[in-house]
Amino acid sequence: MRQVSVKDITKKVRDLCISAACDLEPDVVSAIRSARDREESVLGKEVLGQIIENFEIAGKEHLPMCQDTGISVFFVELGREVALDGLLEDAINEGVRQGYKDGYLRKSVCHPLKRTNTGDNTPAIIHTSIVEGGKVKIKIAPKGAGSENMSRLKMLKPAEGVEGIKAFVVETVKEAGGNPCPPIVLGVGIGGSFEKCAINAKKALLRPLGTQNSDSDLNSLEQELLGKINDLGIGPMGFGGRITALAVHVEASPCHIASLPVAVNIQCHADRHKEVEI
Amino acid sequence: MTEPIRITAPLTDAVIEKLKAGDKVLITGVMYTARDAAHKRLIDLLNAGKELPVDLRGQIVYYVGPTPEKPGEVIGSAGPTTSGRMDAYTPRLIELGLKGMVGKGARSKEVRDSIIAHKAVYMAAVGGAAALIRRSIKKAEIIAYEDLGPEAIRRLEVVDFPAIVVNDIHGGDLFLQGVEKFRRVS
Repeated sequence: MRQVSVKDITKKVRDLCISAACDLEPDVVSAIRSARDREESVLGKEVLGQIIENFEIAGKEHLPMCQDTGISVFFVELGREVALDGLLEDAINEGVRQGYKDGYLRKSVCHPLKRTNTGDNTPAIIHTSIVEGGKVKIKIAPKGAGSENMSRLKMLKPAEGVEGIKAFVVETVKEAGGNPCPPIVLGVGIGGSFEKCAINAKKALLRPLGTQNSDSDLNSLEQELLGKINDLGIGPMGFGGRITALAVHVEASPCHIASLPVAVNIQCHADRHKEVEI
Repeated sequence: MTEPIRITAPLTDAVIEKLKAGDKVLITGVMYTARDAAHKRLIDLLNAGKELPVDLRGQIVYYVGPTPEKPGEVIGSAGPTTSGRMDAYTPRLIELGLKGMVGKGARSKEVRDSIIAHKAVYMAAVGGAAALIRRSIKKAEIIAYEDLGPEAIRRLEVVDFPAIVVNDIHGGDLFLQGVEKFRRVS
């Protein structure tokens, strides 16, 4: 067994929270730059220019690129040979607590009904899987509400098939309009169960932009959906334009013979994600 | 690309009458911040027949919940939040004399109608451009509901705050007009 200290996890999570809020990953930077080059709308091009200027300032001055520094979502891969000297979830939450305080990030988590702020951005949303090996891999994807609020889940009838899936995805983006801060990235979860398709949709967002789906059918579905979405004309911030989405990522899982769950998770252009391996 | 129009806040009817959907503007002057929680409190006060903590006549409300400012700084990152969440409250404030709103995303029909009926204007700032927009905010002071933290009402003094006119008093709507131009499907 390999001993890993939860204090080390806390420290790494603290740093990840801050860097995710301030430094956009290179895959997203290059996708947005390419979008500006391709955008035909003059206003849309200008909006993308402001978005680029914004993340440049954020990176240089260590400022959050968006005031909505999100609810903290984690995907953790815990090697089965790892022995922790404490609880993983506690360690992560402590890292969030420290990161949001030390990084001057906005605490955006509250009681669902009373709406009282928890004051430290916890609890984090943590998805853990046990994998081979002796390492801990932690991925963070802070999620803002502007785009999360426009996300949808639907239990389709199997008879609706792939056409039903396409229609639902396109309709979701159309209804969202300028609200989720386009150009967006779409995570689409297909199959599984009610909760599995939502987690798949979220997970799909973590695939680096510019990479292809390893499944060729899903890859063509992604390309077709991207084309249909960009034909909607919503454009940067919804002011009209060619680039409504930077990418569509699909993850699929087997489902019940009587079900066809579909989840669409919308991500804004501030597609923040970071990972660390311990 | 056309040059931005410089406007001063508080707003006058004469300025609002000239603004058209799609115009780029640079706002200099005063704006008040408010989001869902602050709006709810304002409306609760009105329902109870009480006075508001701020006179909104002629003013612009900016829908924003900034990040905490670092020591010695004016404000943290401060980009617009989704305006639609305030739709339920906005017409009432416009009737009271609120003249401008800055946020992101589309407004309800009730808000758009109210904008036309009472001569107001809805403008969008670029969502997510929080570090860039922050530069135009020169002063920030909490004037009500400090307990709401990022959602407290702040009085901002801004210089050349960048925004785009979305809904004007002539019925213009940038979201409808812009998308119409680029849509390739029915």
